Amino acid sequence: MQDERSQREDGEAQSPSGRGRTDRVHFPGAVNSKFTSDMKFLKASDLPAIPTYRVLDSDGEIVDKTRGPPDVPDEEVLTWYKNMLTEGIAVASAAALTPDDVVFVQYRETGVFQQRGFTLKNFMSQLFANANDNGREETCLFTTRKATPEHTKSRSTSSKYTVKQHAISSPLATQIPQAAGAAYALKIQDLQNPNQSPRVVACYFGEGAASEGDFHAALNIAATRSCPVVFVCRNNGYAISTPTLEQYRGDGIASRGVGYGIDTIRVDGNDVFAVYEGMKEARRRALSDGGRPVLVEAMSYRVSHHSTSDDSFAYRARVEVEDWKRRDNPIIRLRKWLENKGLWNEDMEKETRDQLRQAPSGRRNPPIREAFTDVYEDITEEAQEQMQELKRILQTYPDEYDLRPYKDGINGLDKQ
Amino acid sequence: MVAPRLFRPAARLVSSRFAAAPLRSAFAQSACAQSALRVRGYASESGTKEVTVRDALNEALAEELELNEKTFILGEEVAQYNGAYKVTRGLLDRFGPKRVIDTPITEAGFTGLAVGAALAGLHPIAEFMTFNFAMQAIDQIINSAAKTHYMSGGIQPCNVTFRGPNGFAAGVAAQHSQDYSAWYGSIPGLKVVSPWSSEDAKGLLKAAIRDPNPVVVLENELMYGQAFPMSEAAQKNDFVLPIGKAKIERPGSDLTIVSVSRCVGQSLSAAQTLKQQYGVDAEVINLRSIKPLDVETIIASLKKTGRLMVVESGYPMFGVASEILALSMEYGFDYLTAPAVRVTGAEVPTPYAVGLENMSFPQEDTIVTQAAKLLRL
Repeated sequence: MQDERSQREDGEAQSPSGRGRTDRVHFPGAVNSKFTSDMKFLKASDLPAIPTYRVLDSDGEIVDKTRGPPDVPDEEVLTWYKNMLTEGIAVASAAALTPDDVVFVQYRETGVFQQRGFTLKNFMSQLFANANDNGREETCLFTTRKATPEHTKSRSTSSKYTVKQHAISSPLATQIPQAAGAAYALKIQDLQNPNQSPRVVACYFGEGAASEGDFHAALNIAATRSCPVVFVCRNNGYAISTPTLEQYRGDGIASRGVGYGIDTIRVDGNDVFAVYEGMKEARRRALSDGGRPVLVEAMSYRVSHHSTSDDSFAYRARVEVEDWKRRDNPIIRLRKWLENKGLWNEDMEKETRDQLRQAPSGRRNPPIREAFTDVYEDITEEAQEQMQELKRILQTYPDEYDLRPYKDGINGLDKQ
Repeated sequence: MVAPRLFRPAARLVSSRFAAAPLRSAFAQSACAQSALRVRGYASESGTKEVTVRDALNEALAEELELNEKTFILGEEVAQYNGAYKVTRGLLDRFGPKRVIDTPITEAGFTGLAVGAALAGLHPIAEFMTFNFAMQAIDQIINSAAKTHYMSGGIQPCNVTFRGPNGFAAGVAAQHSQDYSAWYGSIPGLKVVSPWSSEDAKGLLKAAIRDPNPVVVLENELMYGQAFPMSEAAQKNDFVLPIGKAKIERPGSDLTIVSVSRCVGQSLSAAQTLKQQYGVDAEVINLRSIKPLDVETIIASLKKTGRLMVVESGYPMFGVASEILALSMEYGFDYLTAPAVRVTGAEVPTPYAVGLENMSFPQEDTIVTQAAKLLRL
């Protein structure tokens, strides 16, 4: 609105190129920039840091006494609490999505999977690569024994319920431009199908991944193509050993969103209600004006090592980690809130922990056929020949091959 | 039948009929082959020292950083963390943050920075956490590093070294297990080396850093912890191996096995088994250099033995083995007494499950079985 009015006023006085008296020129690349005679460079350090939205303090009390309680039923908050394995960001942000929304995650988002219906049994089946692993029929979430743990995907073509999450990619940041593309597709599909309630894509990544070129390409293409995507940056201070100080020099990742013309908020990632509310509003904005991207930067601290092969005490002090664990921890903070409300106690804590620790029962190995499937949509002729040859050998020498561990034995080679 | 060559898991099952060893379940998990050399008694030879591949690479880097002020190393986690695989251990302490540089997670960024620094006259060494991640920056390597010398009419050298683990490791699945030998080996303007032993690692990395051209050094994560004897000469700081020269690791008269990187060790073990089981003498050639390729050594050996097998862990199609088989036809066809054979990785994205992973790459028994077939034993 502001743009249009000023353009009209100026347009009467002089041409767009700015001949005559004017306080601004409509350069194609900066349509509303005023002239200044004061030569001044912008300095990041002169600008105030983007504030961090917070609902609960570290004692689990609501900071702003004038506002009402978070608009979430108690039972749901209890579910969040049970789903919180590590950070609160994953669970609380996923809770703000609808089951129809589509998700691209990196590899620290087990909480998103859980919040969207992936069970501990599903996780364990994947880790042990058993016959239950790809679960195409049962849950349609499938994580295959051909992928690294966490490289999980769901088949959206299935009629049954899915978690609507795309496969995880090892190379960093590749999911970010893809999320913009998926959001663009959802936008077009939802326009064509009035019965479909509008959907967004949620895309997760860390502050380290935001250094990759893909991040920048993604934000720009999402902004220019008005894609309904919520980018969720989980800024937990470390990319393996690289601290944020060496990762970037600006004001976190949030400042970049503004640079690309994207609505942006920074939230306290250790506060599940702040994440939830921020994400809910982000989703609403992403669907407004025909769709547009939104960036949520959730601040946290990576308490665990990067992975099982990492010893993070080689590059950070143990006391720093202990301090964060004690001082500010999303799980404890939520637990305090629940306890303050009388929704949780030590007995319930113990009972839940015992329940979660029960190992899911063992399953058989997948059918032999799966050694040949999935490279292409259809098994190639060559692979089919090999399956026949394998079958012939297994039939000719039944005593030489123990097929008992494999689901359906020799019949596991046949099409199901 | 073409199929077994292209899809090795089934080929292994089919070929188990020919194996002299008692049949065992092909689905049983097979342990990775131990290098035969590890049990040989090199350590007793005077002056030699057991050194791991990791330490050999570390020594090469330290020596070159010491000898040449223009060199510096950069990459993710290389400085404070001592490298994701500890190849750069201690270098930050010794050479400081101007020569050993941690970068943000931006392959395109630090590869471009390395190429730019090389174009400006420095001799950067860029470490990729794995070469799988170098795909994020492959345009810099291929379109800029490899071609600028040519496109500038020879006035603009680009002395940059790209190094890091290549190929499969253990349980890192489809996106982390790729062998890039054939990719980089096909690019004019690049040189590509791939060490197996500690001497290879040191000599080739030093050669790569000194070479005025862009050189890709394809290491192997599974080799980092393996110890090899290093001769007295190789322990010195002037030890450099020529790029483009293969090494005959084991002389033989009946069959030529050409191999590279980790597969060299497996081929040597297989050669030992072939000798024990069948009494045949296989000659094992360690390529060391993918580009330029030591065609002369390969053809000379082929002329001697009349039979050729290439063992490598890349994909079967359009690979290093394919290239060597093509060259053998061009230069050694009349000397071949049997069709040359490739033993390669399987035509499948690398699976995560250990059983499937083992079946996706050459194992010692695969090499033995295929050699026996080739020799009609």
